[in-house]
Amino acid sequence: MYHLHPQLFLKPEMKPTRDGFGKGLLDLGSTNKDVVVLTADVSDSVRVAEFGKQFPDRYFQCGVSEQNMMAAACGFAQEGKIPFLSSYATFSPGRSWDQLRVSGCYSNVPVKVAGAHAGISVGPDGATHQALEDIASIRVLPNITVVVPCDVEETRKATVAIAALPGPVYMRFAREKTPIITIAKTPFKIGRAEVVQSGRNVTIVACGSLLYEALVAARALARRHISAEVINCHTIKPLDVVTLLKSFKKTRAVVTVEEHQITGGLGGAISELAGQKFPVPIERVGMRDMFGESGEADELLIKYRMKAPDVVRAAQNVLKRKK
Amino acid sequence: MNAHELALTANSIRQDVIKALVEAKSGHSAGPLGLADVVTALYFEIADIDPKYPWKETRDRIVLSCGHYCPVLYSALAHRGYFPVSELLTLRKLNSRLQGHPHLRCVPGVENTGGPLGQGVSLALGMALALKLKGNPAYVFCLSSDGEQQEGEVWEAYNMAAKYKVDNLTYIVDYNHIQIDGPIEEVMPLEPLVDKYRAFNLNVMETDGNNMAEVVKTLRKAKEHKGTPTMIVAHTTPGKGVSFMEKDYRWHGKPPNVEEAARALQELEAAREKI
Repeated sequence: MYHLHPQLFLKPEMKPTRDGFGKGLLDLGSTNKDVVVLTADVSDSVRVAEFGKQFPDRYFQCGVSEQNMMAAACGFAQEGKIPFLSSYATFSPGRSWDQLRVSGCYSNVPVKVAGAHAGISVGPDGATHQALEDIASIRVLPNITVVVPCDVEETRKATVAIAALPGPVYMRFAREKTPIITIAKTPFKIGRAEVVQSGRNVTIVACGSLLYEALVAARALARRHISAEVINCHTIKPLDVVTLLKSFKKTRAVVTVEEHQITGGLGGAISELAGQKFPVPIERVGMRDMFGESGEADELLIKYRMKAPDVVRAAQNVLKRKK
Repeated sequence: MNAHELALTANSIRQDVIKALVEAKSGHSAGPLGLADVVTALYFEIADIDPKYPWKETRDRIVLSCGHYCPVLYSALAHRGYFPVSELLTLRKLNSRLQGHPHLRCVPGVENTGGPLGQGVSLALGMALALKLKGNPAYVFCLSSDGEQQEGEVWEAYNMAAKYKVDNLTYIVDYNHIQIDGPIEEVMPLEPLVDKYRAFNLNVMETDGNNMAEVVKTLRKAKEHKGTPTMIVAHTTPGKGVSFMEKDYRWHGKPPNVEEAARALQELEAAREKI
């Protein structure tokens, strides 16, 4: 049973996913003495400042130095600590990819990289600050787990869950308030994709806050007598191959939805899986090989076609190609 | 060990660096030979380590940030008893534990993955901070190269090491004045290097990195220092002990061929007699 927030389709309660990260860290702070937090001059916006107040001896302000922060965090990890490091995703892992690759992933140490302000919904800051390539650039690294939670509650759960994983993890979250989709008892397990709603005609695989748009789209499709199965694929690496293939075999048509370039991220991962294991027509909703621009979050999601009507259109298109 | 014994050990370590490199047919010669005295002093005299318990929680950590120097790291570890000296001949070969650049814990005693320059300098800082947090008395030494000081990351790390007064950490920079493309002074000058470190609020010391007695004295003093992180600028001769390699940047990134190795070993053996 996949529990959805009771108000989801009435008037969704809104909170930013980054709040869940901050809350998860506070939970960890009091339950796990090995957890340390590093940040690079964006402590408030990535929601780690409160951890710093409550656990000052386990909090390291690195200043604007993302490369040093990443490798230093790996040093903590080698010494048995569980370091969470956080900056905007464009800067870290954007500027610290090599440090993550070598000192994090090749050494295979439990460094937890939190990329904040990911996606185009960062808004007015513009393209420089909109991480739309991070899933792609990190997903190719061996040993790492990549997690993109869908809302504030799932981000809290993911934060706590990734602390227990023995290896490196990349988790991304966003700036703006987004609908709260899940509740405390909604199932969440790293590496397990969840079928949020079952359907027969088309599978919509989403990650991050756009899962909401996928769910709204599924309702619109239902009104047109199209039965959509919606999957919350919060773990992009390792993919839950079993759940995904089972759905693909049932519906034989797939739409992917993400706030990321359609190449290399969730859409890329799903295409690779389907291409090798069970070829089906796929439509990908996301950024189409271009940079964003300044604007309000919703304006941008509309302009760059990542809203529910775009998911509906993608589903209709993929159904035309279905055999 | 006294300085005489240490110098003899350094000579043996250098000879095995040459033997490993000629067998590997690739790798770096000049840096490892130049830094052999410092490495020997650390592994055989200064650092609190025990090859019988290579991962003992309270051991001192030696981080090799300039991973391309690994022939001297592997040779020192083997001579110290961490693994058989014969294994040095597998350097850079398929299925060997001795990778062309070191991989964390690939053999007992290897404390970091190294290669992309700058990372070990930050890594050592993180390790030292974590040790302090754990109340662990272990000390961290981090070896890095002069060319490595051209990486911006190292200066980020020095900033933070000074901010947090990380005094269980000593950086040692091998100032041998060569890098792959030529003399440091031509490729990208570092001067005034010592002044730069002072300006970063590090406890700066200088030493003749090829004078064993001086190296030991400097390292000992560094380990006793409290309140700030230490930076030792070790002035060394690249290719030390092999006349045709000394001070020639062209030996930065290549190994000796069979004839050159024979000459090098002959010279090192002759030098051994005079120690």
